[in-house]
Amino acid sequence: MITIVDYGLGNIKAFVNVYKRLNIPIRIARESIDLKNATHIILPGVGAFDYAMAKLNASGMREELEKQVIINKIPILGVCVGMQILGKSSEEGNSVGLGWIDGEVKRLDTKLIPYKTKLPHMGWNTVSISKGSELFYNIINNSRFYFLHSYYFYCRNNEDIVNTTKYGIDFASAILHENIYGVQFHPEKSHSNGIGLLQNFARL
Amino acid sequence: MLYPRIIPCLLVHNRGLVKTVKFKSPKYVGDPINAVKIFNEKEVDELIVLDIDASINKSEPDYKLIENLAAECRMPLCYGGGIKTVEQAVRIFSLGVEKIAISSLIVENLSIVKEIAKMVGTQSIVVVLDAKKSIKGDKYEVYIHNGSVATGIDPVCLVGELENQGIGEIVINSIDNDGTMNGYDMDLIEKVRNAISIPLTVLGGAGTLDDIGQLIRKYGIIGAAAGSLFVFKGKFRAVLINYPTQSEKEALMDKYFKNSLSTMEN
Repeated sequence: MITIVDYGLGNIKAFVNVYKRLNIPIRIARESIDLKNATHIILPGVGAFDYAMAKLNASGMREELEKQVIINKIPILGVCVGMQILGKSSEEGNSVGLGWIDGEVKRLDTKLIPYKTKLPHMGWNTVSISKGSELFYNIINNSRFYFLHSYYFYCRNNEDIVNTTKYGIDFASAILHENIYGVQFHPEKSHSNGIGLLQNFARL
Repeated sequence: MLYPRIIPCLLVHNRGLVKTVKFKSPKYVGDPINAVKIFNEKEVDELIVLDIDASINKSEPDYKLIENLAAECRMPLCYGGGIKTVEQAVRIFSLGVEKIAISSLIVENLSIVKEIAKMVGTQSIVVVLDAKKSIKGDKYEVYIHNGSVATGIDPVCLVGELENQGIGEIVINSIDNDGTMNGYDMDLIEKVRNAISIPLTVLGGAGTLDDIGQLIRKYGIIGAAAGSLFVFKGKFRAVLINYPTQSEKEALMDKYFKNSLSTMEN
């Protein structure tokens, strides 16, 4: 069953509502036993990098999560800060990330943003195919998704970049390494494109 | 390319939706959940829902309504009205709301707002400021409790301070232009825009998509919010929930945004 990690961050309810509408069963994991039968895992997140790592480490679920993702190769989707903590570190804080995808989280360069509004990067922006993945099956290239963040995932390996988005720089808005997926935008709040993406994830 | 946001703003009064003129004469325009269903179909960028009774009646936020709204919304939802404590804010987020709007609490107790921000992240906190022009017309003042209480605070000074405190977004609402549908208060917007670099959403006065276009031409990335424009149709103000279609929105962006001077992106 699709299992969403509830470690006290992110809009769990929004994901549940989307999957309910799709008639796809979903379970909320609050302790490690809840992750045991997961076929797909969603790691949501809103807020700061260090706070997310602290909450995940304190949840008691990290060990089981690592086992499922690294050993059992269960597909996992990190969303927003849930994507960022897949990396090794972040300019936003001092905590060590999960390090499952080689890269660091950096702050978007405001000097390159041509608007009076700088950060956070907030609103609907286009997501362009870099190498593409099944996650975007049936989603037209350059579709819009909802973003709300000030930091982005800098990939050490270009082949891990699935899609990019321009805000000042072109940053990786979707990444993939083996069974580990991450999206910087919020599919749970991105209308039909987001629903399509979450449905695609469930079919992996 | 990032687009400016076009945001319907709905007011809740006695559990129904209303639209006011200059913060007075609330006219019933429908059921909140039904409106959200229509806005889902129209794929709106975001939605702001403000309970205009809660702070005045000193009542708790209507959690059942908020839960139902959040469950229905397929786009980011900002809820405001009656939020006075950290516990209330955390509970509202747990119901599935992305952003909460704070208004009178900013004036009454800024330290609680900071505490809320620590728990949920500053980017999820939106400050809504209701501003009114002085009689002389030379400056603005922040009002709270639906425009009934003057605070003596200049919104232009306040927004700079709020940015320093790490607030994620400002919504500036013109009391004078509310419901008039004669266009935004561009003077107020200019002053506030120049004071901050965090996301700004403006509200009060939009009567046509052209009003939104003019705003976008001038400021590029901005939140263009409107009440009357998205709940009334025609000169007799028949109630009809509406929003530009994807192609109307693209046409608006082509005309006002993509070629505007504020868009220097290649």
